[in-house]
Amino acid sequence: MVSLVVNGKIREIDAAPDTPLLWVLRDSLRLTGTKFGCGIAQCGACTVHLDGEPVRSCATPVSAAAGKKVTTIEGIGATRAGKAVQAAWIRHDVPQCGYCQSGQIMSASALLAKKRAPSDADIDAAMSGNVCRCGTYNQIRAAIKDAAASAKGA
Amino acid sequence: MRAKPMNASRREFLKASAMAGGGLIVGFTLPGATRLAQGAAKEARMSAYLRIAPNNEITVVCGLSEMGQGVHTAIPMLVAEELDADWSRVRVEQAGVDQAFANPIFGMQATGGSTSVRGHWEPMRKAGATARAMLIAAAAETWKADPAECRTERGMVIHASGKKLSYGQLADKAAKLAPPKDVKLKDPTQFNLLGKSGTQRLDTVAKSTGKAKFGLDVYLPGMLTAVIAYPPVPGGKAASVNDAKAKAVPGVRQVLQIPSGVAVLADGYWAAKLGRDALEIQWDHGANASLSSEGISKMLSAGAAAGGAVGRNEGDAKAATPAKKIEAEYEAPYLSHSCMEPLNCTAWVRKDGVEIWAGTQSQGPAQGILAQVAGVAPGKVKVNTMYLGGGFGRRFAPDPVIGATVLSKITGKPVKLVYSREDDTRGYFYRPASVTRMTGGVDADGRATLFTASVACPSIMEGSHFMKLPPDGVDEFGVEGIRDCPYDIPNLRVEYSRQEPGGIQVWFWRSVGHSQNSFFLESFIDELAYAAGKDPFEFRRSLLGKQPRCKGALELAAEKAGWSKPLPAGVHRGIAVVFSFGSWCAQVAEVSVAADGAPKVHRVVAAVDCGMTVNPDIVRRQIESAIVYGLTAALYGKITFKDGRVEQSNFHDYRMLRMNEMPKVEVHIVPSTEAPGGIGEPGTPPIAPAVANAMFAATGKRIRKLPLLG
Repeated sequence: MVSLVVNGKIREIDAAPDTPLLWVLRDSLRLTGTKFGCGIAQCGACTVHLDGEPVRSCATPVSAAAGKKVTTIEGIGATRAGKAVQAAWIRHDVPQCGYCQSGQIMSASALLAKKRAPSDADIDAAMSGNVCRCGTYNQIRAAIKDAAASAKGA
Repeated sequence: MRAKPMNASRREFLKASAMAGGGLIVGFTLPGATRLAQGAAKEARMSAYLRIAPNNEITVVCGLSEMGQGVHTAIPMLVAEELDADWSRVRVEQAGVDQAFANPIFGMQATGGSTSVRGHWEPMRKAGATARAMLIAAAAETWKADPAECRTERGMVIHASGKKLSYGQLADKAAKLAPPKDVKLKDPTQFNLLGKSGTQRLDTVAKSTGKAKFGLDVYLPGMLTAVIAYPPVPGGKAASVNDAKAKAVPGVRQVLQIPSGVAVLADGYWAAKLGRDALEIQWDHGANASLSSEGISKMLSAGAAAGGAVGRNEGDAKAATPAKKIEAEYEAPYLSHSCMEPLNCTAWVRKDGVEIWAGTQSQGPAQGILAQVAGVAPGKVKVNTMYLGGGFGRRFAPDPVIGATVLSKITGKPVKLVYSREDDTRGYFYRPASVTRMTGGVDADGRATLFTASVACPSIMEGSHFMKLPPDGVDEFGVEGIRDCPYDIPNLRVEYSRQEPGGIQVWFWRSVGHSQNSFFLESFIDELAYAAGKDPFEFRRSLLGKQPRCKGALELAAEKAGWSKPLPAGVHRGIAVVFSFGSWCAQVAEVSVAADGAPKVHRVVAAVDCGMTVNPDIVRRQIESAIVYGLTAALYGKITFKDGRVEQSNFHDYRMLRMNEMPKVEVHIVPSTEAPGGIGEPGTPPIAPAVANAMFAATGKRIRKLPLLG
């Protein structure tokens, strides 16, 4: 049994300790907003936060999350940065197929929680681990800047 | 995929009925539906519809698949425009599988070939206009007024006196009326929604909150998750299987040998994957164990040198005597689609039929195929179309839906078949490799007088299993983009040689044959411009006198890019223009080249002439998306073979363009009153040649083989 705090709720999961957090979230907890893309931490679709830090859940054993606060796309709207990022995503109509966007939003929210006014270089550094096959990168960049601007006033 | 518009007006009919619990349903038949379904019961074809509920909510039922291209917004916009609906009350619902939803251009329910708006432009508007006429009639009857005294605005019928009734209030009464036989559609000058910026996508909120449901997000009670160990060499088979260790993995329930490989079924993905890792399989590699990219290149090159079936022949290419003649061989590799969502399907075969849940582009064909797989009547196959995490043509292929259905049939349980990223990358259905040999010539004044191309590549038509090579032996996808060369060159000849390296399943990949042929043609035209001593933009322009729309797109891209204006030191421009899927797209790429030969694309300026637009914001985004897809392939994309095996596996060795490599993109739309063209694909073909041409401008070195980074 592994005990996790996911989006503020304590969850007990019967899983081997080396099971990737991704599959615990998806197959055990049915939190399907976190996506499977590559399985080797190369695409960022599975990004979640562990104690506020972005991690690739496909390459994070569930044991590494024990006792930590796990935040997923389903819970990120409850954070100040996450709320601003999601609102900007919607204003900018960012998603196309949408499959990578949970991971993009999780990476962007972590960036914004740390840097209130990220530069283009900050955005490159924080977001280049997230692949978007639809090519929404310019819209993502614009939405992050807009989220930063709107969060400043909040 | 082939786009042959058909007469949309005949046989179309509409039917109105009351909704259970009140409201109006307008059923209509898409023109393509009757093409395949003639002889079937008419009622069965009446289910493409829109609903108007008493609470004023308007639901457009859409048979097309949403894979990012925005069709779940564009189709409702077509209806809403003619209905004068309140857009804030319009929602979209994914249809099941039904011949009523046949794509008017394909004649089957499928999404691809950039056909959605082209095929539905008229029928969806007619449905909206019909509903509007019925709502006006209902209002006029209520008021004992002349319908001519009524107008509509934002979901209301308004009488000249100022009286108003909402569509929801009128829906019950309208449901009792007969639909008009003929309705007049708006003149485009009257459009409020179509062609205007500012209408947001209907799927944005779901896709920004993790709520959108994709195929992989389907969970059914008692469901098993399956992964398959596929033969490493195409055409191979498992000779012996030791599954003892696999079955010992906690959570693994069954191991099954099926035609496509050895399947491990488990309680979840991770157990299935560990079980597969634990399989001990001796493979019989079959006839293709020596397959190599080197051998494939040689085979294609020999085919291109030998020539083949004649696809186009004008003037006398063999007798032409240009003042200056050039010759070159170009090559493009196999490519994987690599959709963001790995391929998958959930199937449940029950006694009374088959039900699948999948992000598929081809519900209609899937219904027929799965009926055969499960041994049931096609009507007993139910398809639940989920959001597609990318499609690009790959989700037109039936392999995941067949695999899941076979496994559910054997086990009797719901089965979710999942491709790992490695399975997806190595899962074939590739864009074909191609080698093309071209000759070109210019006269003493630098005017092009000769162009020949000899294309050698596998046949997608034959590989698709639903088309055949035509009698002339020329695969239309093998030569598209070259055979329809828009330039006015008096001696022009195009040949096609079908070459089939062993066992490699080829398929439609965003923009299909244009994806490689436009690189060949538009790079070679650039070579010819330099041979003629002309500016590449002016050279193209001088050959497009008979192609005003192509020329217009080219000129707009050049103008917006500031073609003749200086650039920062080290940055160079390349240009290309391509007609595909009913639209013209020209692009100017601004590129610098590092000392090691690696290009950096700083900016791309695109101009597109796609006729009238539905949603220009989505049009611009689709062109930008297509540029990224094409640029990723141009820079990095290659699937290669060694000892019969695919050498790439995941994103570390099949690279994707990322945020830090993303150029600025500007998209300009040519104002037009022409019929709509396609938009999902036309942005892809021009980018590879535009970048390669800029690299030549920078270095003087012509790259004739993709990917550009080698």
